[in-house]
Amino acid sequence: MSDNNQLIICEYCDAVYQRPTLARHQQAHCVRCGGLLARPHLFHVDHLLALCLTAIMLIGFLSFYPVLVIRTGGQSHAATLVDAVWALTKGPTDMLALVAAFSIVIVPVTQVALLTWLLGFAHFRQRAPGFRGCMRWLATLGPWSMLEVFLLGALVAVFKISGRIDVLPTMGLLALGGLSLLIIGMAGRDVQRLWDELP
Amino acid sequence: MTVAVAAELGLCLCHRCHKACDLNASPHTCPRCGAHLHRRKRNAITRTWALMLTALILYIPANVLPIMHTTSFKGDSTATILGSVVTLWRDGAWDIATIIFIASVGVPVTKFLVLGLLLCTVHKGDTRSRRDRTRLYRGLELIGYWSMLDVFVAALLTALVQFGALGTIEPRPGILFFGLVVVLTMLATLSFDPRLIWDTDTHDD
Ligand SMILES: [Zn+2]
Ligand SMILES: [Zn+2]
Ligand SMILES: [Zn+2]
Ligand SMILES: [Zn+2]
Repeated sequence: MSDNNQLIICEYCDAVYQRPTLARHQQAHCVRCGGLLARPHLFHVDHLLALCLTAIMLIGFLSFYPVLVIRTGGQSHAATLVDAVWALTKGPTDMLALVAAFSIVIVPVTQVALLTWLLGFAHFRQRAPGFRGCMRWLATLGPWSMLEVFLLGALVAVFKISGRIDVLPTMGLLALGGLSLLIIGMAGRDVQRLWDELP
Repeated sequence: MTVAVAAELGLCLCHRCHKACDLNASPHTCPRCGAHLHRRKRNAITRTWALMLTALILYIPANVLPIMHTTSFKGDSTATILGSVVTLWRDGAWDIATIIFIASVGVPVTKFLVLGLLLCTVHKGDTRSRRDRTRLYRGLELIGYWSMLDVFVAALLTALVQFGALGTIEPRPGILFFGLVVVLTMLATLSFDPRLIWDTDTHDD
């Protein structure tokens, strides 16, 4: 396109810089406002694809496997992510069920789907069909994935009722932790470089 | 130290793909992703005020109304956010009480205060401590969604505690208002444009 591909603009204060060459573990910060300008990529595109496939497996696991199980007497109750969303539809909080469904199911699943699509084609050094739209949705959905908050919520819930009852943290919690880390790692700044790498 | 600013160089940051776009070559659309270019987020101040004030109003029922209703053989009980924090504290679970207090009271109140401060100082064209105010904004971006904690705790407890020896837990409207407050404050943060902090004059402090 043009040589201003070598320019970066601070998103917090509009200062303009030449794109720096960074060594590993180096980060570039804006001298004016201190905002993060650039950091080296954590993963190669093919590694990102592998992480993405791991994320798909974790999602599959989490859709059947409970995050928490409680046991009282002979009875036991288990709750998956979807059960937790479903619980909010009971009583006067339906609208909140929508918010929860959006932030812990719809957004993460869509992010992983979009990433798989984009990275699958990026593996063959190609732009996926609908590249612009997919990148746009990824950027828009970014702030709305709340799996890590849900994870903390699950831990709090364990302690809140564990005085009265046996609560068993499950493999589901571990999978949830893994999935939220993967999504933070993949859907953040790292994927924006596809703009530059796939002309 | 003088730093070149995008406007002086005829450049504009694309809000969608973060390309430095040359406004002389293409004044309205980003050549890379096709997004419409605007130097600042549109109606940032008005939108942020509107969303923040709505959130502030809804924060009242969120605190006054009960968030959960427990039915068990020991009798019924309803709890507000602060009520549940107090109960947890009395039961000796001060660590959980602290986490919930920070997420449901500390974070939202901090967000209201910081957004209010940013909006007022931008309105007055204040040039002091712009770097610190930008840092405050980045803090808002970071803590934004953690206040959703109580919503997820309520959802999980409702899903788990049903018709067992523990009784039944049901969500109540307070938690709905609280969830809306979190969403609205997140939208308010996203609508604010931190570059307005730096638009006051051309030289640096
Ligand atoms: Zn800056
Ligand atoms: Zn663009
Ligand atoms: Zn235009
Ligand atoms: Zn726009």
